[in-house]
Amino acid sequence: MTDSTSLLITGANVIDATGERLADVRIADGTITDVATGLTAADGEHHIDAAGLTLTPGFVDLHTHLREPGKEEAETIETGSRAAAKGGYTAVVAMPNTDPTQDSVSVVDFVRRQGQLAGLCDVYPSGSITVGRQGTQLTPFGELSEAGVKLFTDDGNGVQDALLMRRAFEYAKGLGVTMAQHCEVEQLTGGAVMHEGDCCSHLGLPGWPSLAEELMVHRDIELVRLTGAPAHFLHLSTMKSVELVRAAKADGLPVTAEATPHHISLTDELLRSYSAIYKVNPPLRTMDDVTAVREGLRDGTIDAVATDHAPHVPESKEQPLDQAPPGMLGLETALGVCIAHLDMPLVDIVAALSWKPAAIAGIDDVHGRPVAVGEPANLTLFDADVSWEVVPAELASKSRNTPFVGVPLRGRTTHTILDGTLTVENGTPTR
Amino acid sequence: MSRSLLSIEELGADGVHRILELADTMAEVNRRPNPKVPALRGKTVCSVFFEDSTRTRLSFETAAKRLSADTMTFAVSQSSLSKGESLKDTIETIAAMGVDAFVIRHGSTGAPWLVDNWTSASVVNAGDGWHAHPTQALLDMYTVRTALGRTGGFDGLRVAIVGDIKHSRVARSTSAAFHAMGADVTWVAPRTLLPPVFHEHHTESLDDVIGPDGSGVDVLYMLRMQNERMTEALVPNLREYTSRFGLTPARAARLAPHTLIMHPGPINRGVEIAVDPAELPGAVITQQVTNGIAVRMAVLFDLLSADADPTSDLERPDFA
Repeated sequence: MTDSTSLLITGANVIDATGERLADVRIADGTITDVATGLTAADGEHHIDAAGLTLTPGFVDLHTHLREPGKEEAETIETGSRAAAKGGYTAVVAMPNTDPTQDSVSVVDFVRRQGQLAGLCDVYPSGSITVGRQGTQLTPFGELSEAGVKLFTDDGNGVQDALLMRRAFEYAKGLGVTMAQHCEVEQLTGGAVMHEGDCCSHLGLPGWPSLAEELMVHRDIELVRLTGAPAHFLHLSTMKSVELVRAAKADGLPVTAEATPHHISLTDELLRSYSAIYKVNPPLRTMDDVTAVREGLRDGTIDAVATDHAPHVPESKEQPLDQAPPGMLGLETALGVCIAHLDMPLVDIVAALSWKPAAIAGIDDVHGRPVAVGEPANLTLFDADVSWEVVPAELASKSRNTPFVGVPLRGRTTHTILDGTLTVENGTPTR
Repeated sequence: MSRSLLSIEELGADGVHRILELADTMAEVNRRPNPKVPALRGKTVCSVFFEDSTRTRLSFETAAKRLSADTMTFAVSQSSLSKGESLKDTIETIAAMGVDAFVIRHGSTGAPWLVDNWTSASVVNAGDGWHAHPTQALLDMYTVRTALGRTGGFDGLRVAIVGDIKHSRVARSTSAAFHAMGADVTWVAPRTLLPPVFHEHHTESLDDVIGPDGSGVDVLYMLRMQNERMTEALVPNLREYTSRFGLTPARAARLAPHTLIMHPGPINRGVEIAVDPAELPGAVITQQVTNGIAVRMAVLFDLLSADADPTSDLERPDFA
């Protein structure tokens, strides 16, 4: 049975959590209706010849800054959703460092509703751990979880107060939600501009020592051990952090972790250009750290690739290093960076981009699902072999602060399907 | 010859030697009754200082005027920057008025490099953040060169740079310049006043560097110690700092007569130098200031004279 709204994808290399195979896939009314070989398009059916392409569950970004409300000049939920779709994402978790902060039901409802209006990917608002991300008072976890919030974080800041963080873990444990920590002991990073090491020493810039991240990773692991509550570690960047999480997992603790595309591909040496395009938080680290983070992804210590997509208007990045805000774009380049820089089987890369983050976000009932009959049609089709470079004017994001202009990437989304509808077709957003 | 002077590293050993030789010519101009030549007539040099500075700004302006360049001074506190205009817009606006060189000091590392990207004018780094201060390093080299008569280079010269190296653009650039000239450099400081990673010889004992008979060092370069370093818990107090790292009367009395005492100024009297510099036979601190003008004349001439007015009757390098 097909109808005029159905879509047939033929000849794709299908990858999902169950494995890899060649198959044709038919979608109707938002659901996968056929997975077989030798399917042919019916009259009026939209047909995509996907020979040579890879079809996977849609990507899920655990870490997106959509900037709305409050910083719409850099990104809106619509433009960020479009960038996500272009990158192959069908779902994003919106970070709470908006203005106002996502610390109340009204704000998270606004974010979700704007995502629905845009209709380009599912936007799942996170909630902040503390009111206004000020690190002093817990947000109403119960109300927010009833409003659908599954992930809580003060991202941009770590929760400095160990007692408050203990209370957060304890209080949240019964609610089935996860605390996601931006690990940074701020007493060690005051004024920091970049990784503390050889490069910052040469440039005479205040350094962000690896220890500042590792101390908080260690603290939270011990709080997880004490409370039994799950923790997710955002954007891990150092060798020792990876080792700490590896040991915690070996101890059976309920911890997960993510790494960004830039922390697996770029080093602090790039700051010698004095370009703030390379300024991020946590900062770009050394090649040894990059290697360790890659290895963490390879052996599963780090569960997910998350973009930390952080749009900024051009003027803010055209400033000296110490004055420019941290952050870079990520949604449209994540796949290309991962395939270019991760020496891993493609199935493992897709796992880190799709079903593993979906599970961490608590949305694996809808996203990251197997490509099978009856499953929701949230899917991504990409060319895993194509080499390409970013053309700034072609970015869907409202901002342009990507370090990957002129850098060869490998692998690019051709089609993204959200709830059975094409949001990206032949590399171009459909709306 | 490059368009701009941003760091000693970019200048390289050959560039350092070239500037120092040119500075000899400029020093000769400065000794004349009328120390002014028309070498950069028609050129405009704009000083843009985002940090307070007296000696460096006046030194550059004097240098430019002695070469007959027109000078502009951009006062940040009276500028559109205070209305929120960006650095880039400010620079592009000034450049549009027709500027041949920007002399820029900025509290942020790399700012002169950004300015260099935004303008076709020459850019001279007059100090950025804790990072670089190449003309200070050049005037230091010129001072050592003239004081010791070492025109061929500094091979075998033992240099100690003492104090707050971590926050010092002077220390970074001057160390690089001494290396370019062939000297051996030792940093003398507590670990809290050093960069996190460094590749210099290091000691915490100034007495060991000076040696029991004062013959262990040829150049003692004392850095300014700022009070705020105490509140940052980098040193317990200035009394202890002076006793461990200051040029005290006892240490000064032990120095060999040939040892040069240098300081980028302004001096914290009684802290890094606890002796009247006038009583130090090897002190060349005043000469550093004087030489600054000749060296900055050399830098401006080096950068701007290539396309100088060909109708000028005074062409490089003849200033007679």
